[in-house]
Amino acid sequence: MPEVIVPIGPHHPALKEPVNFRVIADGEKIVRLELDLSYNHRGIEKAAEQRDFIRVLPLLERVCGICSHSHSSAFAKGIEEIMQIEIPPRAQYIRTIIAELERMHSHLLWLGVAAHEIGFNTLFMWTWRDRELVQDTLEEMSGNRVHYGMNEVGGVRCDLTPHQVSTALERLPFLEERIYQYVDMVNDQQTLLLRFKGVGKLTREEVLKYGAVGPTARASGVDYDARRDDPYFVYTEVPWNVVTDTNGDVYGRTCVRIGELRESANIVRYCLENLPKGPVRVNAPKIAPEGEIFSRYEAPRGELAHFIRTNGTNKVERVDIRTPTLANWTSVAMCLVDQNLADIPVIVAAIDPCLSCTSRITLINTPGGKPGIVTFDELRKRGQTYCQEQGPP
Amino acid sequence: MAALPESISQRLVNWARIKSPWITLFNSGACNACDIEVIACLMPRFDIERFGILAKGSPRHADILIVTGHVTLKQASRLRRVWEQISEPKYVIAMGACGASAGAFHGLYHIMERVEDVIPVDVYTAGCPPRPDEIINAVVTCLNLLKEDQVHGGKEWRQNKSDEMMKPIERKVEM
Ligand code: SF4
Repeated sequence: MPEVIVPIGPHHPALKEPVNFRVIADGEKIVRLELDLSYNHRGIEKAAEQRDFIRVLPLLERVCGICSHSHSSAFAKGIEEIMQIEIPPRAQYIRTIIAELERMHSHLLWLGVAAHEIGFNTLFMWTWRDRELVQDTLEEMSGNRVHYGMNEVGGVRCDLTPHQVSTALERLPFLEERIYQYVDMVNDQQTLLLRFKGVGKLTREEVLKYGAVGPTARASGVDYDARRDDPYFVYTEVPWNVVTDTNGDVYGRTCVRIGELRESANIVRYCLENLPKGPVRVNAPKIAPEGEIFSRYEAPRGELAHFIRTNGTNKVERVDIRTPTLANWTSVAMCLVDQNLADIPVIVAAIDPCLSCTSRITLINTPGGKPGIVTFDELRKRGQTYCQEQGPP
Repeated sequence: MAALPESISQRLVNWARIKSPWITLFNSGACNACDIEVIACLMPRFDIERFGILAKGSPRHADILIVTGHVTLKQASRLRRVWEQISEPKYVIAMGACGASAGAFHGLYHIMERVEDVIPVDVYTAGCPPRPDEIINAVVTCLNLLKEDQVHGGKEWRQNKSDEMMKPIERKVEM
């Protein structure tokens, strides 16, 4: 049978975000996947070079709406390391609480979306209902449901009151009970098992070869978590475990995420109960000394890395963001091969793709309309001629 | 259609439109937060389906287009195309700070800054992101506009009204 190209997107009823798939299929089987991710490119990295450390944090938070705390934490953590300031323990604890609550809301969101992709809308509604409890807690603590704006260079913006701590603790038992129900559901609901088991399989070797991160990697037995292997905040003090699984398919990724939900709930409880007293912020200098830092952070979707270079001013010289979704796309393209066309949504959803933070620019040759590749030197030359034509600013 | 507004079938359509507006979501480069808040509206806590509001994937089925995000240059033509596919009468809600003025992204090199530069917008919502209650409020505002437009027979009257409001005020200076 000849191969057929099935174009999907950029705007398509099944897609939540603009992305263009070109699925090359042979009958019902997928032969190859080509992707265009660049619809949401905004140019945040460039803009970050022009704002000082106070104004850059809200911008970096808006790289992605779901893991917003991750981006601002990774950046603040890096800059604090360059400035060599130690943030107070209470601020560390608060950052950890927000980070784990964010992981819970993100994983509940994911579970719902994955269930929706296989047509199991009941679970979709349930998880999103329970997620509202997490959102309430976050809203009480920070004042906003999605972009919390908690981080500042040198600490966190606002303190937790005893009342906030006690209401958050009251909500946890119900959430934990629900999480146990999800564990049961995933293990004995035929609807889920039939669509998740054996779909989108990745072996440990493949994961290491294609550089997948986060739950996708941990589901294939790669025991790696930046929270444990490159500790930050208070993860060394809190008792918790890295959740891994050996299935390597969508089912394994679901198990890992549900396990992480449980761990996160425990971390949040421990932090809330052992919240140290003291200030939540130190006065940070306005200027960072010259330096380079590679700041790693375990976002809900996997390892997030910010490379920051400073040059002794109040702005960064360069910030480069490598988001977990970007690292995971290659593995998706690989595990889609030889799968059924109907399994595309669930396999793609299994890495929890977030496209707004992944967008990179593609060069389009305007007369021909063909995408192409330029080498770094060509790009540099082009930039230089452009700057010369423009003249000094 | 101008001869028909009094006919029973048209009245029925108008009534149905107000009772059950269908919305479609277009992500024009948003940071995802606005999108998840729109989806949160459909969920048990806020549940806009109880008002007859349904989220639809295809723009051809929709009455109201919710645009999230500032428009990236690459998405501008697509947004325009999606908007053109919606059948009249169509309404546009621009979400959040981004939809009004690009919010935190103001001045970036790959964005259009305002949704209004690409398609006409009827309702703006404030917030970054707006809370689900505010989104419901925006849809209800949109429905009120729809009702008024049905009375006036189109959207033009609003244009005239805003032109009037923009007119420089003539002050009489008493000598
Ligand atoms: S208004 Fe705020 S939340 Fe909405 S897309 Fe823009 S930055 Fe994101």
